[in-house]
Amino acid sequence: MAEVIDKITAVQRISDIYEANLSKISSGLPDYVNNSRRSALAAFRRMGIPGFKNENYKYTDLTRLFDNENFRRAFKTDEFDVDLKDVFSCDVPEFDTHLILVVNGWYDEKNNPNASHPEGIIIKSFQKAVVENRDLVEKYYGKIAKAEADPLTALNTAFAQDGLFIYIPDNTHISKPLQLINILRSEDDLYVTQRNLIIAGKNSQAKIMFCDHTLLPQNFIVNNITEFEIEEDAVIDIYSIQNQHNKTANLIGLYIRQQQNSHLVTNAVSLHGGIIRNNLNVLLDGEHAEAKICGLALSDKNQHVDNYTFIEHAKPNCQSDQLYKNILDDSSTGGFTGRIHVAPHAVKTQAYQRNNNVLLTNAAKMNTKPQLVIDNDDVKCSHGATVGRINEEALFYLQSRGINEKEARLMLMFAFAHEVLAEIKVDKLRDVIDKLVNKRLRGEVSKCHSCALDCIR
Amino acid sequence: MNTETLMEDQNKLLHEVTQRDYRFGFVTDIETDTIIKGLNEEVIRIISAKKDEPEFMLEFRLKAYRRWLTMKMPEWAQLKIPEIDYQEIIFYAAPSQQAKYESLNEVDPELLRTFEKLGIPLEEQKMLSGVAVDAVIDSVSVKTTFKETLAERGIIFCSFSEAVKHHPDLIQKYLGMAVPYNDNYFAALNSAVFSDGSFVYIPKGTKCPMELSTYFRINAQNTGQFERTLIIADDDSYVSYLEGCTAPMRDENQLHAAVVEIIALDRAEVKYSTVQNWYPGDKNGKGGIFNFVTKRGVCKGISSKIRWNQVETGSAITWKYPSCILMGDNSVAEFNSVALTNNFQQADTGTKMIHIGKNTKSTIVSKGISAGHSSNSYRGLVRVSPKAENARNYSQCDSLLLGDTCGAHTFPYIEVANSSSIVEHEATTSKIGEDQIFYCNQRGISTEDAIGMIVNGYAREVINKLPMEFAVEAQKLLQISLEGSVG
Repeated sequence: MAEVIDKITAVQRISDIYEANLSKISSGLPDYVNNSRRSALAAFRRMGIPGFKNENYKYTDLTRLFDNENFRRAFKTDEFDVDLKDVFSCDVPEFDTHLILVVNGWYDEKNNPNASHPEGIIIKSFQKAVVENRDLVEKYYGKIAKAEADPLTALNTAFAQDGLFIYIPDNTHISKPLQLINILRSEDDLYVTQRNLIIAGKNSQAKIMFCDHTLLPQNFIVNNITEFEIEEDAVIDIYSIQNQHNKTANLIGLYIRQQQNSHLVTNAVSLHGGIIRNNLNVLLDGEHAEAKICGLALSDKNQHVDNYTFIEHAKPNCQSDQLYKNILDDSSTGGFTGRIHVAPHAVKTQAYQRNNNVLLTNAAKMNTKPQLVIDNDDVKCSHGATVGRINEEALFYLQSRGINEKEARLMLMFAFAHEVLAEIKVDKLRDVIDKLVNKRLRGEVSKCHSCALDCIR
Repeated sequence: MNTETLMEDQNKLLHEVTQRDYRFGFVTDIETDTIIKGLNEEVIRIISAKKDEPEFMLEFRLKAYRRWLTMKMPEWAQLKIPEIDYQEIIFYAAPSQQAKYESLNEVDPELLRTFEKLGIPLEEQKMLSGVAVDAVIDSVSVKTTFKETLAERGIIFCSFSEAVKHHPDLIQKYLGMAVPYNDNYFAALNSAVFSDGSFVYIPKGTKCPMELSTYFRINAQNTGQFERTLIIADDDSYVSYLEGCTAPMRDENQLHAAVVEIIALDRAEVKYSTVQNWYPGDKNGKGGIFNFVTKRGVCKGISSKIRWNQVETGSAITWKYPSCILMGDNSVAEFNSVALTNNFQQADTGTKMIHIGKNTKSTIVSKGISAGHSSNSYRGLVRVSPKAENARNYSQCDSLLLGDTCGAHTFPYIEVANSSSIVEHEATTSKIGEDQIFYCNQRGISTEDAIGMIVNGYAREVINKLPMEFAVEAQKLLQISLEGSVG
């Protein structure tokens, strides 16, 4: 080292925070969780802050975000004096869900009365589950979310304290969707670490919604990692709606492992948020597993939305199908990285991927990186990616039928977006999101009618 | 030659090549003038002095070398590259008889035999085929043909060192314009130590009357081949340039880091075709050439056009992305590629299309064929800058897999910052259908022949773009060594 370093690097600062607070972070958690922290931190130090030098983060540079030193970290849950159920009500008419609240990455006991949950299913804080459901958690914790491969996962593993634990027993069918609401609420800028583990037992069926919201206008960084195990014959739908204010950096890692004959649908709708990064990793680890993976991102102002998917076909006869769309306005930027890997013995694989993007202004920018990594010849794989604009002929056609240009544009954009929304299998939910997207495209505040949340500022 | 006989030829060729070992593995026994192995500033000064270069060239080399020292070997490619010890490489090797030859009789007969084995149409053959050959053996241009014919039209086609001597103004103006000395690790290395290469200048309004051709051949043991080609097409000119490469069989890996620069001015058109057939290593992945090449063209003028055609069948490791920077308004770029890997070969190849001017168009057609234990990747970038109004790109990348132990990968990068542009990319990966082979078998065509036919049909879209004069040559070289990988 020839040069004098006068500024402490973000990596060093984070390491220092870790060392100084290790006892707080580790307290109350068993060894099998704590033992992985040290190596995870080392992995993070090796990889550094995700930025364009990391091939997987080529289009999302987080170095400036992490340079900000003003973020507070909470090593125990904050006290809330209000009942969040009063503040928050997701009023979707006739759309009934099991509500689960997570505040700043902490499972909120007070607002989650256990009685309301469907029978047999375990929903509790991660912190409790690691002790009380040790047999389940130890088997799955840190197994698919590998700290060595991703800096954000490493960071999360090093600092993980709480989050959500859900266990759906074998043969359990839950008809009402589970709605997990992540709320950010802090008087000062906050860095949130959240760790979730969800296990769907054999032949279980469930629909799970993730809703990400902000309650206060502070800056937030969310480092959220979820491990999701889907056992044989299970049918799981995961919908996520990201609707946070533009001072939030929502860094989401979802790791899914699918066993034989399981069926998965994921659909991520990104409406608002400053920096949104969705890392979706699906491991098809049993024959005849199927995954349908969709995403829609509408962005404007200086928003940045980057969807990263990594679909690993590890066993024969699996199918995956991806559809991602972006509509970019103002000077927003979008990213898409979709990687399909077919392992050497995963024969009869079918894997498809499509990414379509519309740019509305010259200041908007779209970067897309679809990738196929195929190590076997008995496969059918394809991908396609386009970046373009609203079809002028279609626009002319609509105008010639007496629809004004603005309305015609909106119709075409909405039709473009709807292809992704059409994959949502819960009718009521699809209608709601349709409406939200429609409002969003019109530039109106996109929240539900009677929701007290003031997401956009 | 009509299409039927051409196809017949192709079939015959495919069949031939699937059945044989590497044909061009022989070492020509010529005295070579080499310098001590290793790399330092002294070596660069020696190279520059040996070539009697002006000061600005030495400056360029040293600047590049100093930059190279600060750079790291790129690791992003889908390649497993064994560590390269740059101190073990001899950076300069030239045939020692450097006298200028007036006629072929004066040329070392060994060398002529080498050309003969390669089938290079030097002299009589080249008169018939109308190919002017600038043969590069281990980096020094030995014999440049057809020079007089070309000179009449003001076309300059000579070795790089000659150009440095006789046209220093052109070199100074254009060297490093497309590929700056600090562009990447291997380009910097090349800029520091390049020994020779070809130089082409087509004057204003001139259509080059013949295909210009060069042969690269790595000969002396432990020498890296670092050549540099610079092609300048002035306003309203046209040139088609052909490049073919072979290397003798050797067990050690040899390093080849070349740079090709093309500058197309207003309304100029350049067609650059490559058949790359370096020694790919043996069936166990031992030996072979490391082919780390930087090729880039700049469509500098309005309505200029650059077309890259390549057939890549050789090299143990290929790392190559012939690119185009579309600066002039209405400029057009094309990239057509067939890349075949077999045994333990690795290829990471593709293109970059950078749209800067208005109404620019680019087309990418890439066909990958992988067999054996090889790994074949397409990696391409399409970038549309905010000012590139109405830019248009279409990319198609297909991969064909022969056998379940090989890999085919596709890594396109698309970066668009202009809302009036349209960029499309599609890629498919598949194997040869059993039904297709069954259909052929049923009609009395053996499986081997059927695969030849299908591969031929698959690659045809690109092979057809090769210039006719080169096609015959290329077909002889096109070594689709699918031996043992099918059946």
